[in-house]
Amino acid sequence: MRREVPLIITSIAGLVFAISFFIPLLGDAQNRFSDWVSIVQSFAVWLGLLNLTKVSLEKITRKREGWQYAILTVVSLVIMLAIGMFDGFSGLAQDPPVSYREPGTNFDWMFRYVYTPLTSTMFAMLAFFVASASYRAFRARNFEATLLLVAGFFVMGGRVPLFDLLIRWFTDYPLFNQFADWIMTYPNTAGQRAIMIGIALGIMSSSLRIILGIERSHVGGQ
Amino acid sequence: MDISNFLAAVLTLGIFSFLYKDNPVYRACEAIFVGVSAGYWAIVFFFDNLQKKFWEGVFPPDGSAGDHLLWFGAILGVLMLFRLSSKIGWIARWPLAFIVGATAGLYMITYFVSNAMNQVADTMLSLIVVNDVTGSIIWTQTIGALVVAVGVISGLVYFFFSKEHKGVFGATAKVGIWFLMITFGASFGYTVMSRMSLLIGRMSFLFRDWLGLIG
Repeated sequence: MRREVPLIITSIAGLVFAISFFIPLLGDAQNRFSDWVSIVQSFAVWLGLLNLTKVSLEKITRKREGWQYAILTVVSLVIMLAIGMFDGFSGLAQDPPVSYREPGTNFDWMFRYVYTPLTSTMFAMLAFFVASASYRAFRARNFEATLLLVAGFFVMGGRVPLFDLLIRWFTDYPLFNQFADWIMTYPNTAGQRAIMIGIALGIMSSSLRIILGIERSHVGGQ
Repeated sequence: MDISNFLAAVLTLGIFSFLYKDNPVYRACEAIFVGVSAGYWAIVFFFDNLQKKFWEGVFPPDGSAGDHLLWFGAILGVLMLFRLSSKIGWIARWPLAFIVGATAGLYMITYFVSNAMNQVADTMLSLIVVNDVTGSIIWTQTIGALVVAVGVISGLVYFFFSKEHKGVFGATAKVGIWFLMITFGASFGYTVMSRMSLLIGRMSFLFRDWLGLIG
């Protein structure tokens, strides 16, 4: 019951949505599915939020390592939710309704001055780690690594004006920029295409395994 | 002093402090980041999906007939919340099974069409590109078309593991590896540049918007 029912649901849902491409009568199934997925996705996000709250509160009450930071997590979560809910419902009550994301709302302020600085700094900090990783990745140990190095070098060099300014001593032709464009248009496209076709074939075989019930990890099986 | 920019600058510097070493200020900013991100996305999904798509779909504001099939999605969503219970958490597998099955069914066809068939069709073009007016060969595009065709075929040969990579097959796979290395190098270069532009953005915020040191 606990494993058979989900397997049957998986197979039926998979077959219906795969077949809907070939039977026009079922054409609406795809739109219907995307509506349901949007709704379930929202519940999944709230499930994650409730789980985060549960885990954080457990950490605080049991005074586990770093419990002080869990307080900050819960407090910032509650503040963001309270502001968002207040702005959302008060905006809906207006005529015409105003979005909670409109510039000037408290939620927008939180987004601009708290969420955005934190998010972009987190990703900006990766620049330092990527720089150290590229030092290791771009060492020309063999021919393949040299190709990686050359492609990376020209793509990076072609995207900043410095390199083309430096070679102006020899030629006015924007060599770096043009070569970077050529790499992106031809060899990079070829490699990406091979990868994309490979991924498509992989997804097709995985999907078939799921629909036929061979792959059962999502229902807790092997 | 602008309190908004001051707060944003403190949070920015708090995250950057990790570059020195792991410290309480960074961990505090990280905890705030987790809480604020979770709250932000919960609100976005609540109002953009649950309120706009589900609630206004079932009970349209203009008073027209509602789409009651949307309730099915809501029921699946509620069943998903059972995951929080240790006793009846297994019920959450039902909506998960539906999503996994439907996604598998949809992706099996859509990926076949968009990623496999369309990419193959875009590759199977004339290898010699001719100028329509003069009738002469455009060498740059012809070489480019050849590079793409050779790259795609050799790349796919490399991904074919059912045959040992030896002889002509192995040599073709080797060429495929070269193309893949160029692709990875280009992707890596692009990633580095995108991270650098984010870093420049944060520095620009600190020195221009906050401190006003640059114009």
